[in-house]
Formats: sequence, C-alpha cells, structure tokens
Amino acid sequence: MRREGSALRGLGVVTLKELSDHMTSARMRVLEWLVVLVALAAVYAAITQIRDVTAEDPFLFLRLFTTARDPLPSFTAFLGFLVPLMAIGLGFDAVNGEHSRRTLSRILSQPIYRDALLFGKFLAGLATLSVSLIVLWLITIGLGLIMLGVPPGAEEMARAFIFLLVTIAYAGVWLALAMLASIVFRSAATAALVTLGFWLFITLIWPALSPAIVTAFVPSNDEATLVIAAQSLARLSPSTLYGEAVMAILHPATRTLGPVYISQLQGAVMGSPLSLWSSVMVAWPQIVGLIAASILLFVGGYVAFQRQEVRA
Amino acid sequence: MDAIVLPRAGSAPSAAPAQTVIAVNGLTKRYDTATAVDGITFNVGAGEIFGLLGPNGAGKTTTILMLLGLSDISAGTARVFGHDPMREPLQVKRLIGYLPDTVGFYDNMSAADNLHYTARLIGIPRAERDKKIAAALERVGLKDVANKKVGAFSRGMRQRLGLAEIVMKEARIAILDEPTNGLDPQASLELLDLIRSFKAHGMTVLLSSHLLDRVQSICDRVALFNAGKIALMGTVGELGAQVLGGGFAVEVEADGGEHLAKRLAALPGVRQVSEPAPGRFRMVCDRDLRAEAAAEVVAGKGRLKQLSLDRPSLETIYTRYFQSHDNAREVPHAA
Repeated sequence: MRREGSALRGLGVVTLKELSDHMTSARMRVLEWLVVLVALAAVYAAITQIRDVTAEDPFLFLRLFTTARDPLPSFTAFLGFLVPLMAIGLGFDAVNGEHSRRTLSRILSQPIYRDALLFGKFLAGLATLSVSLIVLWLITIGLGLIMLGVPPGAEEMARAFIFLLVTIAYAGVWLALAMLASIVFRSAATAALVTLGFWLFITLIWPALSPAIVTAFVPSNDEATLVIAAQSLARLSPSTLYGEAVMAILHPATRTLGPVYISQLQGAVMGSPLSLWSSVMVAWPQIVGLIAASILLFVGGYVAFQRQEVRA
Repeated sequence: MDAIVLPRAGSAPSAAPAQTVIAVNGLTKRYDTATAVDGITFNVGAGEIFGLLGPNGAGKTTTILMLLGLSDISAGTARVFGHDPMREPLQVKRLIGYLPDTVGFYDNMSAADNLHYTARLIGIPRAERDKKIAAALERVGLKDVANKKVGAFSRGMRQRLGLAEIVMKEARIAILDEPTNGLDPQASLELLDLIRSFKAHGMTVLLSSHLLDRVQSICDRVALFNAGKIALMGTVGELGAQVLGGGFAVEVEADGGEHLAKRLAALPGVRQVSEPAPGRFRMVCDRDLRAEAAAEVVAGKGRLKQLSLDRPSLETIYTRYFQSHDNAREVPHAA
C-alpha cells in the first residue's frame, strides 16, 4: 500500500536534536575522554618505540598507528576494542529510551514517519562517532608531526585517511547493532548488557573459538582447508574484518589476508610495498563486509521497529 | 443540543450533529491470539466532546492508535476529515493533536525547548514558533516555568504541557488518552476546564477514560467499551434512560396539597412516583420535569419546599449495565 508524503520528512530535525543530545550528554564526554586518553597513551608508546628502532621505513608515519610497545597495544588495536564501546554507549537506549520516557507515541503522533526517527537517530550517532574519530585522528597525526619530526607523504596521508573511513564504517556496525538491541529489548539495561556481552564474545572469544570449532566439525586433515575454514568463521566477527582491513591499508607490504600459496609468491619481491590502489583492493572484501554488516543490522532494526507496537 | 436517537451497539452509525470529523465503521484490530477491537462503529461531530469509556484493556487506546495511523487496521475503516489514517497518516497526524496516556517529555530539556522540537517536527515556520509556543504555554498556565527543565515537572504539569503542544499545533481534533489518570482532584479539575476551553475554541475532543464521574461532566456523548466492542453509546441521559429505565429522577418535597402523588404521576413523561417519606416524592421521568412538577404542586395547593434533580451518573449506568450483562463482564485487565 502506498502512503502519502516522504518517509524522511522530519529527518533533519530528528538528526539535529539527537546530535545535540549526544554532544552535550555526560555519557559521551566520559566515552570521549576514555578513548582519547587510551589512544594517546598508545600513540605516545608507539612514538617512543619508533624512535628507538628507527629504520629505513618508507612508511614511517603509518607506524604511528600500528606500532605496539609493551604493555600497551597499538593505536589500531585500541580502536578495534574501544570504538564498539563508544558506539554501544551511544545506541543502546536509542529507541527503548523513548519508550521508557514515554515520548515515543507523542513524537510519532506528529506528522512524520517512523523511518525519520530511526534514520535520524542512526545518522546522529554516526555523525557523533565520526566527529570524535576525526578529532582523535587529527590529534594523533599532529602528535606524530611534532614528536617524530617527519612529515608524512601524500600516500601515507591517503592511507591514513582510508583507515579513518574504515574505522567509521566499523563504528557503524556496532551502532547499528546497539540500535537493533534497543529496538528488540524494551529495557535499556538489557539491551546494554546483551550488546556488551556480544561485543566481548565477538572481540575476545570468537577469534580463539573459531579454530576450535573448525577442528571439531570440519572432517578434513588438509591443513589449508582447516586454516581457510577457521578464517572464514573468524571473519563473521566485525572486529576480525576491521583488523584485517586496517592491516592491509596501513601495512603496504601486505599482499593477501588469507593463507599464501607458494605459487602466489612467484616473482613477488618480498617486503616490497603494494600501491595504494592494490592495498585497497586487498582490503576491499573486508571493507564491503563491514558496510554490508551495518546495513544488514540496520535493516533488521528497521523492520522490527516498523512492526513494533507504539504503546508503552 | 443533540436530540439523537440512541443507537444500539453495532447498529447503524448514529446521526452525529453538524459535520462528521471522525467516522469509524466496523473498525477491527486482531492480534495473533486476541481481538483487541471488534468491529466498532461510531461518528464524532465537529465541536463535540466524545468520550471513550471502559475498563483498562477494553480497546480504547488501540482504537485511538488506529485513528492516528500508529497501529495497523485489521478490518473496517476509519476516516479523519475524510482521510484514511492507513494511507495518509501525515495528513491525519497534522489534524490531530494526541496526548498519550502518561505523556512523556525530554527531561533534560526545558518546556519551551520540548515544544520547539515538536514545532520543528510539525513544520511550523521559524518566524511563528516562538509566538505560538509562548501563547500555548500561557494558555495552559505554564508561562512561568517555560524555561524550567521538564524533569522537575509534576504529573499535572506534564499533562498540561501535552495540552500546550496540541494548542501550539492548532489541531482540529484533540485525542486525549486517560488525561486525568493519576492526577489529584484539583489538577484534574483544572485539566478538565482546559479541555472544555478546547471545545469553546471549536476543537473536537475525543477522550478516553476509565474514571467515569470525571468524564461525565464534560462529555457530550460517550461510548462505553467492553471487551473490544461498544456496548452503549449516546448522551449520558440517553444511556440512563436505556439502562436505568428512566433517565431522570426528580425529588419533590412539599407540604399539604391533595393527592400529590397521583397528580405527579399523571404528568406526561413520568414513569413512576414513589413516596419514600411523607411529603417527599421521587419521580422517575424521561426528561427534566422540575418545572412541570413545581407547577403541579402549586396547582394542587401544596407548598413546595424543595425540588431537586438527580442526573443519572455514568457510574451507576455502567455498573448496572455490566451487572445485567454479567457474562460479558469478564474483561481481562491489562496493566
């Protein structure tokens, strides 16, 4: 049945309101400080490490993001772990919060469709995350310029920028997941617990679990089959996808993200960097996977929200 | 004002006065396991205050949500100013102002800011927003707290803020779901006064409630809901006439006079006269017969001491109706 009017009427209003809510909320401030402090610690550690072991590296600047120094993990590892926390923090009470504040039916009785409310909330969340990540990215680069004293080249900047975009896409996945939970579960506490549990499972347990599952269930003695199967399973986790995409983008020497066959190495100059375009191609399936996952999760939430009863 | 014939439940739509603004025909809402609203039919005329009454879970809120296009209609039709809430929900929602049961606002925002947000959603031009919001807050008596955070508001103030939103929207129809629920007597009286003033401004009001006595005083017509159906519909007087057998009870206290009881009983429209105490007569009649009764007492050379009219109370009608339909009484009470 066709309905009159645009489904997106009021989208801008909702987005701006949610954005201003996010920007002024205490929750967001705490999350930002957490991420900034932790990431800066990682960058600082990376810089000191890089200074100690300065070598002839054409992509010295990118080491800023990927170098780890005990006991701290690298900047990218931190983001892979903490970006989901930020996204969940922004999204877990998006819809059920409106229910419990009893504002939902009042807002939806205004001349807008539900689509506008949900899209607006997602866009505002993504914009908030993007702003935080861009700021963090700029701080990191600025810090690198000052402390390393080496200006980054054009390709390095391009790679760093793609890394930023991939991180935003990764944040989108978790935001969509958190919003899905906020639609499915009427209590914000339940939604938060479920998403946080899922996050811990996916980022910590799943990478270790997938090889075990494969050895248990895949009836093959072929080493390569087992490795590929385990990797496919592990790639169900957005964190794995993000890690692989970042690896390909920030380590120009990365030629493949799967197992390498001897035949593939014929003629390859080991350790020589790929061009930017080739690196993006290597990471392309992972990037598309991340975007597809967020769209899929969002659509799931969208359908659930459209079917949901408005009454409290 | 409206001398309409009381329609039996489920019969043809009643002849509503003036222009019909809400027309509901055979409206039905089915869930997987239950039927929440079962083929109801009613019309609401322009400028009317129409009450949807009944116990919790009788289908009042579901009916309202279907009228707003917020809940899908399983069968039947609903029209709001001729618009179909299923196909033209934006049009319908532009015309209706809705105050949900225990309305909520964003606690961290001020009253005016909350209205600003809604005003932008409605699409009120920027230039008019401030003026309209100020006027609406003034009308409901929240002008002094316009810039206070809603988090500190009492329940009554929130309800009034909800009404301010409807005023600001300049809605043609106000749909109020349990507006006086949980308010203290003073606050609910103020709220009912506001609702009356809506009618005076030409707004049509549809309100639902399970608090019968509060609602009785302001409704032009009511529909009594029971288990998803409209059991009774009409003015309170008509319902009284139908359920209690006589709508009005006139009490006459008079001294002397000859055969007063007989004389009163002979008046046209009187169904029954009883004499609970010497010199006190209780007449059950079809309409307000106070003037005729007074004239009759005087004509019978009696000295009239007191004359009073007992309006039929909805509470009584309701209780009596469900007593006589005992099998229909088992209404599941949803929280």
